[in-house]
Amino acid sequence: MTRYSAFSLLRQTLRGHRGWDRAWRDPEPKRHYDVIIIGGGGHGLASAYYLAKLHGVRNVAVVEKGYLGSGNTGRNTTIVRSNYLIEPNAHFYEHSLKLWEGLSEDLNYNVMFSQRGVLNLAHSDGQMDAAARRGNAMRLNGIDAELLDREQVRVMVPHLDFSEHARFPIFGGLYQPRGGTARHDAVAWGFARGASALGVDIIQNCEVKGIKRQGNRVLGVETSRGFIGAGKIGMAVAGNSSHVAAMAGLKLPIESHVLQAFVTEGLKPWIDTVVTYGVGHFYISQSDKGGLVLGGDIDGYNSYAQKGNLALIEHCMAAGMQILPSLSRTRILRHWGGVMDMSMDGSPIIAKTPIDNFYINGGWCYGGFKATPGSGWVFAHTIAHDKPHPINAEFTLERFAEGRAIDEKGGGPTPNVH
Amino acid sequence: MLIRCPWCGERDHAEYFYGGDATVKRPAENAGVQAWNDYVYLRDNPKGPHRELWQHQAGCREWLVVTRDTLTHDILGVEPVKGAAR
Repeated sequence: MTRYSAFSLLRQTLRGHRGWDRAWRDPEPKRHYDVIIIGGGGHGLASAYYLAKLHGVRNVAVVEKGYLGSGNTGRNTTIVRSNYLIEPNAHFYEHSLKLWEGLSEDLNYNVMFSQRGVLNLAHSDGQMDAAARRGNAMRLNGIDAELLDREQVRVMVPHLDFSEHARFPIFGGLYQPRGGTARHDAVAWGFARGASALGVDIIQNCEVKGIKRQGNRVLGVETSRGFIGAGKIGMAVAGNSSHVAAMAGLKLPIESHVLQAFVTEGLKPWIDTVVTYGVGHFYISQSDKGGLVLGGDIDGYNSYAQKGNLALIEHCMAAGMQILPSLSRTRILRHWGGVMDMSMDGSPIIAKTPIDNFYINGGWCYGGFKATPGSGWVFAHTIAHDKPHPINAEFTLERFAEGRAIDEKGGGPTPNVH
Repeated sequence: MLIRCPWCGERDHAEYFYGGDATVKRPAENAGVQAWNDYVYLRDNPKGPHRELWQHQAGCREWLVVTRDTLTHDILGVEPVKGAAR
């Protein structure tokens, strides 16, 4: 594997860029691996990378039904943050954010992590109180947070609606300076390249059709490219978790829902942070290519369709117009849908399962992208040691029956409101 | 996505409130933690036909059992919740 550097770039430039290696190998599947990770998105690839790098488990395969990052890794709005209120979430997402801060160097691959900040707007005294409470909780957990008043927000994003006519005037906001965005595809590719270099086999176009089980153990996966045996199996297939877990005989506290996202035509620099609306559900940032990347709520009904309906598009654009009236001049270039694992408390599941050597990583709702490195890091630990790391010890499958749900929003067991 | 209400005719899904999986059954009060956990938290979440509750909130306000394909969003059947096999 060529190490990427200014020197290698210069050398390849002089050779007309004809000498670059493959970024990762394309092997035929072996008959047996110590660990099989189902799902070649960011989470699965990160899990394999950290298994090989930190735990010395190198006889690992990642099996992916399509191409790498073809699911939600390539469908999100690329926001990275750790502005969580309750303890397990705060520690987990902050650990992930710290990994993001060194990820490009660690992987020798530019994931274009840009700490441009994340600004959550507040539109009432009550929301300002809630923002102060969340900010204080974050700071007590060692996470950066700044409470901004209306004038400070105006300096930061002057084209928000500060007029007399705003239906929900801006009172201020909670700002996390270390939050930001990253290049989503590059995260999958960087982890794939890093994992492959450490000996992990990445097997694309290999759909898992069944999981072979004997007693309370899994033996391997039936795939479109034949049976592959495994000492342990971890699944990281958020969106399809119920479907894959059912192959092993498990029923999950998850519903699949569709979330739509949008990109506008390219504009000159317009928003240099991530802004979220406090009244409706709306978030916006600007990609390095200039397109505004925006999204809102899930459609709200069970779906595996990777497409949504018009009502939600209108709702999302209306919310955008309420805070950024000048958005009306831009044209939407592309829009798409992704399938979300909506868990029953809005928090992920990264845990052992009732099956001895089968592990689950899912239930990401629509917050999985920012978790990618942290998720892989704790999932690798959970698989390698057959027990969770303290950081993910509370993200169990059993927490629901035990009455220890991790419900950041206080929404209760209604997946479509988280 | 259009849902044909038995009383109001074909209407946009935005007129309806989604009530989730129609196949879960409320257990007896003394059924135990596992039965209640299954009812409150666990879902089949099928990829394909799904029987689900919708309320025609901006219309006649009746609850309906809609059979809908979660992979294509095709509506396969609509029946009033009263009398529907659950």
